[in-house]
Amino acid sequence: MISRRNALNTLAAAALAMSVGVSALPAQAAEDTIKVGVLHSLSGTMAISETTLKDSVLMMIDKLNKDGGLLGRQVEAVVVDPASNWPLFAEKARELIQVNKVDVVFGCWTSVSRKSVLPVFEELNSMLFYPVQYEGEESSRNVFYTGAAPNQQAIPAVEYLMSEDGGGAKRFILLGTDYVYPRTTNKILRAFLHSKGIGDADIMEEYTPFGHSDWQTIVASVKKFASAGIRTAVVSTINGDANVPFYKELANQGIKAEDIPVIAFSVGEEELAGLDTKPLVGHLGAWNYFMSVDAPENDEFIKTWHAFIGDEKRVTNDPMEATYIGFRMWTQAVKQAGTTDVDAVRQAMYGQKVKNLTGGMAVMNTNHHLSKPVLIGEIQADGQFDVVWQTEGEVAGDAWSDFIPESAALTADWTYPWICGNCRKPNYTN
Amino acid sequence: MLRRIIILSLLLFAAAANHSPARAEQSDQMADLLQGLTAKSFKAKIAAVETLAASGDSRVVAPLTALLEGRLHRRKADGAIVIVQRQDGRKIFLDALTGTPLGEAKPRASRKIRVNNRLRGVLHGALGALTLFSPDPAQRLTAAQAMFKSAGADSLSPLAKAYLQETDGDVRQVLARTLAAARLRHGGDEEKLAAAKMLADYPDREVRDLLANTALQAQDKLLAAVTVASKSIEQRLAFFDVLQNLFQGISLSSVLLLAAIGLAITFGVMGVINMAHGEMVMLGAYTTHVVQVLVQEYFPGAFTHSLLLAIPSAFLIAGLFGVFLERSVIRFLYGRPLETLLATWGLSLMLQQFVRSIFGPTNKEVIAPSWMSGSIEITGGLVLTHNRIWIIVFAALVFLLLTLLIRYTDFGLRMRAVTQNRTMANSVGIRSNWIDAMTFGLGSGVAGLAGVALSQIDNVSPNLGQSYIIDSFLVVVFGGVGNLWGTMVGALSLGLANKFLEPYAGAVLGKILILVLVILFIQKRPRGLFALKGRAAEA
Repeated sequence: MISRRNALNTLAAAALAMSVGVSALPAQAAEDTIKVGVLHSLSGTMAISETTLKDSVLMMIDKLNKDGGLLGRQVEAVVVDPASNWPLFAEKARELIQVNKVDVVFGCWTSVSRKSVLPVFEELNSMLFYPVQYEGEESSRNVFYTGAAPNQQAIPAVEYLMSEDGGGAKRFILLGTDYVYPRTTNKILRAFLHSKGIGDADIMEEYTPFGHSDWQTIVASVKKFASAGIRTAVVSTINGDANVPFYKELANQGIKAEDIPVIAFSVGEEELAGLDTKPLVGHLGAWNYFMSVDAPENDEFIKTWHAFIGDEKRVTNDPMEATYIGFRMWTQAVKQAGTTDVDAVRQAMYGQKVKNLTGGMAVMNTNHHLSKPVLIGEIQADGQFDVVWQTEGEVAGDAWSDFIPESAALTADWTYPWICGNCRKPNYTN
Repeated sequence: MLRRIIILSLLLFAAAANHSPARAEQSDQMADLLQGLTAKSFKAKIAAVETLAASGDSRVVAPLTALLEGRLHRRKADGAIVIVQRQDGRKIFLDALTGTPLGEAKPRASRKIRVNNRLRGVLHGALGALTLFSPDPAQRLTAAQAMFKSAGADSLSPLAKAYLQETDGDVRQVLARTLAAARLRHGGDEEKLAAAKMLADYPDREVRDLLANTALQAQDKLLAAVTVASKSIEQRLAFFDVLQNLFQGISLSSVLLLAAIGLAITFGVMGVINMAHGEMVMLGAYTTHVVQVLVQEYFPGAFTHSLLLAIPSAFLIAGLFGVFLERSVIRFLYGRPLETLLATWGLSLMLQQFVRSIFGPTNKEVIAPSWMSGSIEITGGLVLTHNRIWIIVFAALVFLLLTLLIRYTDFGLRMRAVTQNRTMANSVGIRSNWIDAMTFGLGSGVAGLAGVALSQIDNVSPNLGQSYIIDSFLVVVFGGVGNLWGTMVGALSLGLANKFLEPYAGAVLGKILILVLVILFIQKRPRGLFALKGRAAEA
């Protein structure tokens, strides 16, 4: 399949070269392509999620090349496999930038992998697009965060659970995998709940190791905590593989979404694909994108994806949309800057607009985070989400949470006069 | 205008269907009410459901049930409310009220009427009230259960009536509980007191929740009565908690036992450090998936039994693969444990990537058959999930068969002979090479069986095996190398210890504590719980 596509591309390129004339031939040499690095795990624990994003980037590049490339040049993907191994991420990032000389990198999923490559990108002044929802509290000059910050996912989700439509929950269980993203998110959520008058007695916080598979005790304690006569909801930052046994246990122990709703920040269409969702109808997910959204851009995206991957059953999810938006913004910025030079493209990125797949416009802000709509969906029997609530317009991503005192005072703004990712006052004043 | 046309057409349709003007008028009114369900806000939808339910008309049961199941749609062409039904593999529209077929349902021709959790709760209650007097006892049971949470003041007398009429024992029990709950919420003062006392006989979490909620608003006498009832329930629940914990511990032990018992054979009996053991478990799980897909494709009728078919298949496939590994790699490495460790570790990575490139990196779905999903509730608070019960039974069976096989069969005898003294076994004419391969195959086959069980509680993904390999080694080393009973006792003690520590220490710390305890134990007894003694130990 792939080889046939490549053959077609070569054919097209050859035809183009012929029509332009023999003198144009040297311009088609391999060195003159724009190189895009793809840094996603294709083996190991994270392969389940990250392989899809690698394919998404390849799909976007394929489409771009069919439409004539970028700045009159073809775009070439350089795919490496950091194998779910955090230190290897840093090594592979260095290899991409220094050996392969890529102009931009799309990659990473877990926060720990992003933290591991961060020094490399800053040292070599390269550019990373990070497409996954994360805990915030970061803004690097060399990273564009196209996934949701906590105020674009966690906070609206809890607000929904507390609203009348969401069931009016006043007691919360924060479940998470034991690493940086859930711990930071729950810290922010706890501060937020305090600000809403919910005390520590009504908050239960529990962490499990990666890949935890025996959820009996925790699900039983959820039931226990929820029987105090106050509406209780579960906020889950459980990551990766541990979700399937968790939801199976929930279903088997008969926890219904009407009684104790579970809202998850890391469970999308892809994670539900390996699961019988009939007993889970009504449990929630908070994202900026759902595959079920009825919008022309979304239909088109799904069609392209199915055609590219050759499988009508494959689903799309939020990090794919984030990859899509990031890639589109980068190509627009490159066109505008007329070069792939990192500093020039960075300047051109600010204010860049791309249509969301769910309607509305995503805008890149000067703190390197996007403005995007927030959607809350309920799981359906067919493994899709039905949107039950969404924000009026777009929400601007906030790098430093307002609910943690030490970070509320910080500002991220990479334009004059701030030029800083975590400052209390601008770097440049008259 | 459009609305009028819709109503008119519906009216005509209903009239044509019923030939009765009075009925048509009623239908028209009902259809009008149904349109209320298409409101944008959930608040308005809830109001519409309540009005529909208040009509008491039995015809609204079908559309409300469909709404609950996400099958109630609004047809884009004419705005009519229809039910989508699957019939002979294709989808058709049915009229929401009359159930008359209205032709094929094309994919984007209608839009689903959305439901959220709040509306779902209201629907359960409304349907409960509507089906409380249904002739079907199963339906009455669901109705009585659903009304526990939702029964309003106006359902007090229907509930009392239903309770008096009820002949089915189970339904009567549930109705009594629901009636007491309704009285505690909406009854007179005396009724409330009596209800609080009565509810103390139902020690489950729902009742506990209700009582706690009542206590938040109650005063004086009622508060006292509710507190007494709460206390008594609390005590019984605490007792159930211990039982529940015990069950969970045994269940975790059975999973550990299944994962470790194959290793007890390859590592314990043969002394091969097989890091690819987890991948044999994974192969078993993938076999389960493939068998399920095949059964669904060719014998859809036997679908619920595909798991039974998966058991021998997984044993054979993992077993054959084990024999292949032994013959092609491991037999060249006997007596060189470090190299075996590295080689099998490499093999495990290769197997993972092999499966990943064939089946893709995403999880594969293994649907739990109906007899393995859900749970049984033994008196209120004690919930035992079916899949866990079956896995405990399965683990016990596997253990029993394996012990019998090793103890009483010719193969078992030869296997023991080779482990105890290879040279002597050779000299009495046992082909030790052949026995090695078979033993390794047996260990791998049993790992495959573990994969069938694990497919029911865990992910079927290429990483499945990795998460169990450490625990398996822990169990075998703790239980004593070379001893199946040791593995069993090891699994049981680690499982129980883990589950009794977890509520106090949390999942992460609990695991660490177990590891520390095992390390300390090994310091004291380096050969584990049941060490082999005598000449066998030196071999």
